[in-house]
Amino acid sequence: MNENLNFHRRGELADSAFRYATVAAGGIVLISLSAIAITMTKRAWPAFDKMGLDFFTTSRWAPNDNVFGAKAFIFGTLMAAAIALVIAVPVSIGIALFTTQVAPTKWRRPIVYLVDLLAVVPSVVFGLWGVLVFAPSATGFYNTLHDVLGPIPGLGDLFGEASSGRNIFTAGLILSVMITPIVSSLAREVIDTCPESDREAAFALGATRWEMIRGSVLPHAKGGLVGAVMLGLGRAMGETIAVALVIGSSANISANLFSSGDALPAVIANQWGEAEGDYRAALIGLAVTLFAITILINVAANTIVSRSIVKTQGAR
Amino acid sequence: MAAVAAPATRAREITNFAATRDRRAFVSTLMTSLMALSVLAVLVPLGAVLYTVVSKGASVLSIDFLTKDIPVVSRSVGPGMGPAIFGTLLITAIASVMALPVGILGAIYLNEYSAGGRLGKLVRFLATVMTGVPSVVMGLFVYITYTLRYKQNAFGGSLALAFLMLPIIIRSTEEMLKLVPNNLREASAALGCRKSRTILGVVLPAALPGVVSGCLLAIARAAGETAPILFVVGAANAVNSNPFKGVNTALSAQIFANATQPFVGAQQRAWGAALTLLTLAFLATMIARMITARFAFKR
Repeated sequence: MNENLNFHRRGELADSAFRYATVAAGGIVLISLSAIAITMTKRAWPAFDKMGLDFFTTSRWAPNDNVFGAKAFIFGTLMAAAIALVIAVPVSIGIALFTTQVAPTKWRRPIVYLVDLLAVVPSVVFGLWGVLVFAPSATGFYNTLHDVLGPIPGLGDLFGEASSGRNIFTAGLILSVMITPIVSSLAREVIDTCPESDREAAFALGATRWEMIRGSVLPHAKGGLVGAVMLGLGRAMGETIAVALVIGSSANISANLFSSGDALPAVIANQWGEAEGDYRAALIGLAVTLFAITILINVAANTIVSRSIVKTQGAR
Repeated sequence: MAAVAAPATRAREITNFAATRDRRAFVSTLMTSLMALSVLAVLVPLGAVLYTVVSKGASVLSIDFLTKDIPVVSRSVGPGMGPAIFGTLLITAIASVMALPVGILGAIYLNEYSAGGRLGKLVRFLATVMTGVPSVVMGLFVYITYTLRYKQNAFGGSLALAFLMLPIIIRSTEEMLKLVPNNLREASAALGCRKSRTILGVVLPAALPGVVSGCLLAIARAAGETAPILFVVGAANAVNSNPFKGVNTALSAQIFANATQPFVGAQQRAWGAALTLLTLAFLATMIARMITARFAFKR
């Protein structure tokens, strides 16, 4: 009898021990995220303290003079990410619509696999290809674009001369390839929540396939698609190594898409090795800025995506 | 009684209808072909990158390349990526050993214990947000908290990769646990099993193929990370099998370092390293896909 009780008690202990282990594992996520925010901000404080708001609003980055203005890097990050979105969003939504609405069911899996292969290629391999193969051969094409579009007032400012293939546009182009898998897979998920009955209703009213997509699928998916695009934006802004290799690395604000620039993560990766003291704090400051921006975008995007899925499909 | 349209108007209506119908059909076909075109558009960069890496890398790859040390002078032509291959495997393996148990336990908490509670929702949300933290930020974080005290070594790299893998593992494992039918849990409970025993003995084994394949995908992604390696692992030219002492290296960091070198020898080594890394990542992905296709629960 006594032995039986002991056995019972041991099992109960093991059971609650396991339960607490899982809680602790979940807690690690919470702890590590807050640890990142706190320790990084603390380390970056000397730079923030010294530069104040000038850290974000001036663009002179001169470590030798202890002057750190990150505006040009923030600009480059946003610019490259914007180019990436302009290219990747229509393509990704096109892929998602093709796989869910057009392609026969048996094609679906191969297409998804193929697009997902892009996500398997490491960032640094894209960077290597970009810097050694793509950038050198793209310069001529960029300058042709400049010759054609350059004289147009307004638009011409965007298509200036390309002195090298390593520029913001190349970075944006490579980023667009890198974010396509995530944006298209999220878009697919959101589009899939459109009820079959809505699609059939549109067809029954005599809609063509495109009219059905415009009338039934896209209105359903709108919110989720916005979220998917924002997640892509977050990814594009945080992408480091490929951008570091192809963006041209110069603190430069210009409307010309074909001019070299620099982005927050690329600056950190390229300059960390040589940094000391305040310089180091300033680079950590860049990381904090990047962290804050990407977290904000991710929080907003995830909220939008999960809301829209709940709205169209009911809570899971 | 409505007047019947004059024959002329009627004919115009019919031709109008035909014209509209043709236009609608045309727009629909156009949009459909644009969608097909976007799938093809993705294949162009994928094909271009794979073709270049394979064609340039294959000419470099040899037994010597896979085993010899990295030349100290980057100008020199010839093989040697052994230490980087070893480093990648070592760093990724240690990272997996740390991230897998924590990630799987975390997922078990989310799916089996939290029961829609507030903490569970918060953790799930943060895990999703954490997948978006840039690897460069993770690298600096590990540098500040670990490397400043213990110097550059392979373990620091493993820590950074583990942080990057953790949220991915949690999310993918949770998705797999969700697919386990509830009657398995109920049957186990009806037999008198405690919850922990139900989870470890019934739920986890049932979800295992999916969990394994999700973890493999996370590992494949982590193996290609570069930025954290640059900061916290440093660079080495010879094999260093002690993860806690001395600088080390990895394929990704070697590709990055050699990509910007003007020397042919260095660039060749970069392509060889890229092919090796790509092969490792593709192998892991293929195995994961095969496991999913064969054994896992389907949605």
